[in-house]
Amino acid sequence: MMAVTETSNRSKKIHPHKFLMWMGIGSICMMFAGLTSAYIVKRNQANWEDVQLSPVFLYSTFVIIISSITMYLALRAFKARQMLQYKNLITITVILGLVFAYLQYIGFKGMANHGVLLIGPGSNAAASFLVVIIGLHVLHVLGGVVALLITFFRAFRTKVKSYSPVPIEIVSTYWHFVDILWIYLYIFLYVAR
Amino acid sequence: MSNEIALGAGAGLSTELASEHHEHHEHHQSFITKYIFSTDHKMISKQFLITGIIWAFLGGLMSVLFRLQLGYPDSHFYWLQDVLGKFWVEDGRITPQAYYALVTIHGTVMVFFVLTAGLSGTFANFLIPLQIGARDMASPFMNMLSYWFFLAAGLVMLSSLFVETGPFSGGWVAYAPLSALRDASPGSKSGMDLWLISIILFVVSSLLGGLNYIATILNMRTKGMSMTRLPLTIWALFFTAVIGVLSFPVLFSGFILLIFDRNFGTSFYLSDIFINGVGALPNEGGTAILYQHLFWFLGHPEVYIVLLPAMGMASEIMSVNARKPIFGYMAMIGSLFAICILSFLVWAHHMFVSGLNPFVGSVFVLLTLLIAVPSAIKVFNWLTTLWRGNIRFTPGMLFTIGFVSLFISGGLTGIWLGDSALDIHLHDTYFVIAHFHLVMGVASMFGMFAGIYHWFPKMYGRYMNNTLAYIHFWITLAGAYLIFWPMHYEGLAGMPRRYYDYSSWESFKQFAELNRFISTVVIITFATQLLFIFNFFYSIFKGRKVTTKNPWGANTLEWTTPINPGHGNWEGEIPEVHRWAYDYNKDGREFIPQTEPVGADESQH
Repeated sequence: MMAVTETSNRSKKIHPHKFLMWMGIGSICMMFAGLTSAYIVKRNQANWEDVQLSPVFLYSTFVIIISSITMYLALRAFKARQMLQYKNLITITVILGLVFAYLQYIGFKGMANHGVLLIGPGSNAAASFLVVIIGLHVLHVLGGVVALLITFFRAFRTKVKSYSPVPIEIVSTYWHFVDILWIYLYIFLYVAR
Repeated sequence: MSNEIALGAGAGLSTELASEHHEHHEHHQSFITKYIFSTDHKMISKQFLITGIIWAFLGGLMSVLFRLQLGYPDSHFYWLQDVLGKFWVEDGRITPQAYYALVTIHGTVMVFFVLTAGLSGTFANFLIPLQIGARDMASPFMNMLSYWFFLAAGLVMLSSLFVETGPFSGGWVAYAPLSALRDASPGSKSGMDLWLISIILFVVSSLLGGLNYIATILNMRTKGMSMTRLPLTIWALFFTAVIGVLSFPVLFSGFILLIFDRNFGTSFYLSDIFINGVGALPNEGGTAILYQHLFWFLGHPEVYIVLLPAMGMASEIMSVNARKPIFGYMAMIGSLFAICILSFLVWAHHMFVSGLNPFVGSVFVLLTLLIAVPSAIKVFNWLTTLWRGNIRFTPGMLFTIGFVSLFISGGLTGIWLGDSALDIHLHDTYFVIAHFHLVMGVASMFGMFAGIYHWFPKMYGRYMNNTLAYIHFWITLAGAYLIFWPMHYEGLAGMPRRYYDYSSWESFKQFAELNRFISTVVIITFATQLLFIFNFFYSIFKGRKVTTKNPWGANTLEWTTPINPGHGNWEGEIPEVHRWAYDYNKDGREFIPQTEPVGADESQH
């Protein structure tokens, strides 16, 4: 009976958990808005070095965009109950998420090899900001990977079968959000440097 | 979405899980699931309240200790040394290091743990589901997490009192470089590490709570409960949560940069300053002003996070006990909204003397003074609600009226401080202390007391003792004015805040007796709060029992639940709402509950 009420009401009102996700996204936006405005304030002051972004960050941008597409397809597969395809697509998304995180690490390593002091004594805030902003974003992507894995395994529980797409929809919203957030950050860091 | 589902959906995402969870609560509840890891919003609110009371006691005690130093700078309290030990008291006097630590932790604890978590944590959790007609929060699990993060934050803060170098001592605002540099002071060592961890845990707790409050208010109102039928408490708690969700993340960003400066040698806030005994720092180009901007972008909205719930509860309690509709319901909502917006646009008024561009300063003066408009709307609405009302002076009502009085007294000095020219003279003096303690500190405490006295019957099914409550009210009100009023004079005379000992300053020696007077009143007022704490805990177990569902004759939904509601709040269906919450003395009837359908010949709100 409960399930019936839920489906009949779903068309009218947004699920509270989805709503929670959207507000959480708003709050994450505020955090990065705080950081990027601090970046702008700092850039306009003395002692700002021009730091070149590693080209690897461009590759990672492609990776995360592709992962967004696979995420979208995975959600579609779930709704069509094509579970095998869903399983494969989610696995690809998770792997792409991890590849993205790894590429960000490679990017920083490359910059450090080129003599950019990222943190530590003598480092310039222009470089340290990259570590803080990009590093925080990677943590959010990794959080998304964990959430994906949880929903992934929950969808394959044998004891209780769930046909509700809500959890996976929430994770996919979040995944697209961290994707868009990265594109914003990349453009911002590229332009505002 | 129906409330039955929401309660279930909150507990687990699949419907199967939901029914599992539901049954679990209906049938057997062990001590642990009922009192400790509870997902019932009412129990979580009591957890917040009691933790908040414990912190208020500790925070208040700290103020008594540093007032001892300020009021009796020449006296020696050897017994204190035996109790607190050498770090805190040496030769019978509070040590300078301990003094600064006490001031810092008093501020942090009072602002974050008592007036944010203790106030909106308690009443948002308790009132939102009960007053909007929901069985629980959108996500009871997140709600539970919110409390546990808060408790963890508190425990970490508590532990910082016991480290060898003492707790953080650079002021509750934790300005860099005192907070960013380990060598700046003893408190900047591990005390600051613990302070940072604690506040970050607290930010997580606030965000989890705030997201939940907004989602619940917007999505889970019962049938007929449109937004304009909500009691003003809910509106106030809603805006409080919105402010928190938007401003705490920015503080978080500021703290992340601070952590990098402290631990990873970056130069966001630190520059090549020279420190005695250490030499010049290797950092280059950092600016401490950046921290101030990030901090006050939260810091100013934070004072409204503290104040708005008190405003909302005052409106509700005042209307119930004046037996009159609240005056200007829509204006009340509009002014809450205006305050919510303006709170984000005024942060730099804390930084007028930081070298801020005077032109930018003048913009912030204008925006700051604009807050007087919605504040005045609210004050006049409260006064006109009282006007010719049939007032019942319950303890809750007295504290509400006290709240309005304190808000006016403290708010008026805000106009002085908001002016950047006057602020040059008044900045960092006792005038500021007097202003913010009256307008946000004590006023919000009064709102909290009002809420506790008013909703205690709903929380515990018993009343608190009225005689003790009246004694508590009158001494606290007189005490608040006697403590903070004289500080205005000290501040006008230029007496700076945060000094350890004024007796060595020729200009401020004249205030020695005034300081002693203030400190004496502090001790008396603090002792009176113990009366409240006794009353609270005694009444939980031994108070007079509530015998009717609706002891105050109030319209709102929480009084339609059973006297001791279980998890789920209503037995059977959730009542439907047909009218706003303020139909008092309408058409010859004393009150008309929100659940009563509007009659054919009745005008509707």
